[in-house]
Amino acid sequence: MERKENKSSYFQDVLKRFLAHRLAMFGAIILTIEILSVIFLPVIMKLDPYTMDYMNFGGAPSAQHILGCDDVGRDLFARLIFGGRVSLMVGICSALVSLIIGVPLGLIAGYFRGWAETIIMRCADVFMSFPSMILILVLASVLGKSVMTVTMVIGLLGWTEFARLIYASVLSIREKDYVESAKAIGTKNGPILLRYVLPNSFAPVIISFTFRTAQAIITESSLSFLGLGVQPPEASWGNILYYAQSISVLSSKLYMWVPAGVILVLTVLSINFIGDGIRDALDTKMKI
Amino acid sequence: MEPLLQVKNLKTCFKINKKWVPAVEEVSFHVAQGETLGIVGESGCGKSVTSMSILRLLPKATTQIEADSILFQGKDISRLTDREITEVRGKEIGMIFQDSMTSLNPVKTVGKQLDEAFLIHQMCSSQQAKEESIGMLKKVGIPSPEKRYGEYPHQLSGGMRQRVMIAMALAQSPSLIIADEPTTALDVTIQAQIMELLKEMKEKTGVSIMLITHDMGVVADMADKIMVMYAGMVIEYGTTREIFKSPWHPYTQGLLASIPRKDRDIDRLHTIEGTVPTLSTMPPGCRFCDRCEHATDRCRKERPKMYVHGDRRIGCFLYEEKGGGSDEN
Repeated sequence: MERKENKSSYFQDVLKRFLAHRLAMFGAIILTIEILSVIFLPVIMKLDPYTMDYMNFGGAPSAQHILGCDDVGRDLFARLIFGGRVSLMVGICSALVSLIIGVPLGLIAGYFRGWAETIIMRCADVFMSFPSMILILVLASVLGKSVMTVTMVIGLLGWTEFARLIYASVLSIREKDYVESAKAIGTKNGPILLRYVLPNSFAPVIISFTFRTAQAIITESSLSFLGLGVQPPEASWGNILYYAQSISVLSSKLYMWVPAGVILVLTVLSINFIGDGIRDALDTKMKI
Repeated sequence: MEPLLQVKNLKTCFKINKKWVPAVEEVSFHVAQGETLGIVGESGCGKSVTSMSILRLLPKATTQIEADSILFQGKDISRLTDREITEVRGKEIGMIFQDSMTSLNPVKTVGKQLDEAFLIHQMCSSQQAKEESIGMLKKVGIPSPEKRYGEYPHQLSGGMRQRVMIAMALAQSPSLIIADEPTTALDVTIQAQIMELLKEMKEKTGVSIMLITHDMGVVADMADKIMVMYAGMVIEYGTTREIFKSPWHPYTQGLLASIPRKDRDIDRLHTIEGTVPTLSTMPPGCRFCDRCEHATDRCRKERPKMYVHGDRRIGCFLYEEKGGGSDEN
């Protein structure tokens, strides 16, 4: 009776589809290189983003400083790498903060309905109607300008997206027969939420997480560019770009801001590609 | 002997356009220990609503369940709190659903889901649960259960999934199983196998079964007693043998006449003219009067009670005279 079967499980299928997605693979490779370099390069190359080289204020690329120096003589390559640490951290951590707040709230609102739904979803509506950039600017300047506050502020304001996403899918999942049959064998609400509703409604959250990360990296850079985010001497891609506010740097010292700009765009693009790839890979109706 | 389950005067209302509309009304029946009760009737007559009301599986915000009492093993489960009823589900009353594809969680292996049933009420280790699950899979006739244990619902055939559902329902050895059209989603040969399995399980464990179906063949084969429902009310109740031998209610007669039979050579099957009235257009009298050949003015104005004749109960004026008065049960 033993018959040959297609052995691959759902997750193997998903992985296969993801690996076959060219843009996503491109993004994944770029991002992996970036993550590896921000973790290991500072140790390997003994990079120092803080020491000022008094002979090289705004110095052009040379053997000693491969990307040149900023206007106070700090090595720009080192700052780029250290800035990557900060930018990626802020991106991922603030998306995580949003997820950790948004997902449970969305789950509760969608599953229990009633007053919990009213309170949570109306709060989400209120949050969504704030002009978020202005709010972030205000909060960042009131709460102090550190990596921590920037991360938290961006994270706190982003929960609505996750809450609404999961809320929408829970509304349909809660009506599924398997939820009912779980109830019929006596499963309590907690385990039903965690083991039946959450895993089945989580796919859009993963996708949204990637886009949210990209978004947060941009937001952080914008804040730092405006001088309200990560403060020097600490580096971030945004505050490297800060120098581009001066016309002379913008036009004549390209090495001071182009690398940071390119890396920033590349990173955001890669993360978005990865998100696209995950979305396509999770879509079981797509056959590659 | 006290019946295992005794439902008295169940009424379930749904909220439709801000009004409470009764979906089932005046439903009373009992299931004895080790007995199989077949509940038959066409779609939308309240068979499922009746069974879901017992376990309170209907959406709370839009349903209202009232009953004089729902006695299960002498305990009134209609008075239990929501927390207490979850203790009854699975442990005392198991349920088998119609569509096994959608009734199993697609992201968990069948084994893990079956484990859940063992882990919920019984305090046992997950290793024990795994052994129990594999034993249960074997019991319901799944070949190479160790291998199937680690597979996802979509890797199993429809019949196998329904076997898993049966295993889940039986896992906590409940004394009653509600099988809500357990074979509707399967093809005929698999249907027969699943019914055979249910019968076998019943003989082995002595579990009582409430079998909901619109397949008269299935009830004839399985059920000891039959309850015929129409438009949310019980219209006839009796032993399978008697009802098949001589159906009394015009609706039951119509139902039985619509079954294709090998020994009768006819071109067209019997049909019952008309359709079931909708919830909001229920006639004040007998709910079947619009489709009944025997309907009189009285049928249209007055609702017949359940008349008791020995073991049988019938909700039709035609049988008012034959004996005893109305009765609650």
